[in-house]
Amino acid sequence: MEFGPHLMLASLEGAVIASILVLTAMGLSIVFGVMRVVNVAHGEFFMLGAVLAWYVSTALGGHPAIGFAVALIVAPLAVGLVAAVSDQLILKRINYDPDRTIVGTIGMLFIIQQTTLMTFGPEARPVEAPFNQRLALPWFEFSEGGLQMIWPWGLSITSYKLFVIFAALTVLVALWLFLTRTKIGLIMRATQQDSETAKAFGVPVGTVYSCVFGLGAALAALGAVLVVPIQQAHYLMGADPLLMAFTVVIIGGLGSLPGTVIAAFLIGMSDGIISVFFSPTLAQIIATFLVAMILVFRPQGLMGKAET
Amino acid sequence: MTVARKINALHFGILLFLLICFFTLPAYHVGALSRIMVLAIYAIGLNILFGYTGLLSLGHAMFFAAGMYGLGLSIKFLGVSVVLAFGIGILSAAVLSALVGLLALRTAGVSFMIVTLMFAQTVYLVVLYFGEFTRGDEGFVLQQAERMLAGFDVTTEAGRYFVAFGAFSICLIGFSALVQSSFGKRLVAIRENEERARMLGYDVWRYKLLAVIISGTVSGAAGALYALLFGYVGATFASVQYSILPLLWVLLGGAGTTIGPLIGVAFMFYLIDASSAYTSAYMLIAGLALVVLTMFAPRGIAGILRTKVSPWLP
Repeated sequence: MEFGPHLMLASLEGAVIASILVLTAMGLSIVFGVMRVVNVAHGEFFMLGAVLAWYVSTALGGHPAIGFAVALIVAPLAVGLVAAVSDQLILKRINYDPDRTIVGTIGMLFIIQQTTLMTFGPEARPVEAPFNQRLALPWFEFSEGGLQMIWPWGLSITSYKLFVIFAALTVLVALWLFLTRTKIGLIMRATQQDSETAKAFGVPVGTVYSCVFGLGAALAALGAVLVVPIQQAHYLMGADPLLMAFTVVIIGGLGSLPGTVIAAFLIGMSDGIISVFFSPTLAQIIATFLVAMILVFRPQGLMGKAET
Repeated sequence: MTVARKINALHFGILLFLLICFFTLPAYHVGALSRIMVLAIYAIGLNILFGYTGLLSLGHAMFFAAGMYGLGLSIKFLGVSVVLAFGIGILSAAVLSALVGLLALRTAGVSFMIVTLMFAQTVYLVVLYFGEFTRGDEGFVLQQAERMLAGFDVTTEAGRYFVAFGAFSICLIGFSALVQSSFGKRLVAIRENEERARMLGYDVWRYKLLAVIISGTVSGAAGALYALLFGYVGATFASVQYSILPLLWVLLGGAGTTIGPLIGVAFMFYLIDASSAYTSAYMLIAGLALVVLTMFAPRGIAGILRTKVSPWLP
């Protein structure tokens, strides 16, 4: 394949990565924005979503689309519930102290991960995609006869990957409408801006925190259900999404939702493109180091405000 | 007895106890204790920064790994003597911690934790990337002939125990002297109220940098010692898990206490040892311990002793 079509293929792969990443990172960003805590167990909620998707689709059987559709609803709800309960049980009792929350969520990380290892087992298990047609893509080229449309060999995408991109966009728009147009969204934003004043106005801050923690985990789980037909479910799969989501939230600016979306797009795309052309480990080394440097020299991120 | 006498008596009592353990306990526990003592040095390293200066690093595995690979690679590829290799290991940890400190100390709080985590992840990936030399996850073994410490064979059970014991004694006594010195008191002042320490005229940034360097160097020494005594160097020791474990030990034993690290490591070691007989998912125990500790006993075992029994505990 020539450079042009190759780049287009890499960008499409990047767009799929970015779509999953934007959902995971939004979950982390909302939790940080409203509750001011870092949830280290976020990647495990992602993993839990993928594992639940496997259980649901295996239990239902029949056409893969049925199991997938059910998993798309059940897994985020169940994971959200688990997160809300653990918030009530653990985080609330330590008063959302930033340092102790990190230690507590590291504990949750190991509990969720190892419980999955004991029940789900160490194997990677696939979930069948609901539909998976291969769509060949055209490429335009100038030659003697003017602009020509050709169909390069290997330049294609599956219908499922296109669906992932559209699904992520839909969820993002729905989330934006939810936060800006509904009463619950208003309450969340009020809590984010000033939890003390919100409490004085009768907002049940404790319940809002549990809901936000659940919502954040549900978004991660949703991303995982979408990714599991492409990447198999495995009990250690949470580590990469966690680091990537961290990266996105930091670069976007801690607590800034528009920044998170922009950063997810940038990082997902560049990850897709870089890993096609370079060694993935080297790309990861450079990316991780650069993110740490951004945090050192520009702690507010690209879109964040100067104060912490 | 004055407080200083009580503290010295406690530390010498612990060392004497460890010495008696060697002659009375069966071989399995003697082996376990040498491992516990080396890991306790690692925990002491983290405790200087986390327990006394109030800076929580989530990336100490990079210093442990720097010491470990500094020693391992220089023996394997440069063929230097063990003593020199040990020096190289400690030096690489010191240099790395100075660099990390200079950069990471520009941030504070949650950002400091994430920055250290990401630097450690970078180091881990670098170890994997140069798999040609480091052998990546698989790691490499130091041959028995390469592990003679100044004519002292550390491959035997007794040699290993006494080298670990000697190193641990030096670290415990040095650590105890450090935290009781005026320097240690200044670190605690920074932990308790950084603004106030600055207002009193202390150069807070310099003390924090020194704390990072001392902490990283001690952790690196533990890494080098681990590689020397147990003859194995691998990328697992650079992974996130090995940054979390010392935090767990320090929290369990008691952050900001001199005896906390040893108690924490020993407790956790035997807890995991006992539970691994029943399940392969032994890290579940670590997770539960972290959650329970942070909820009910954020000050750890020695912290409880200090509030309930003996307020003079250093």
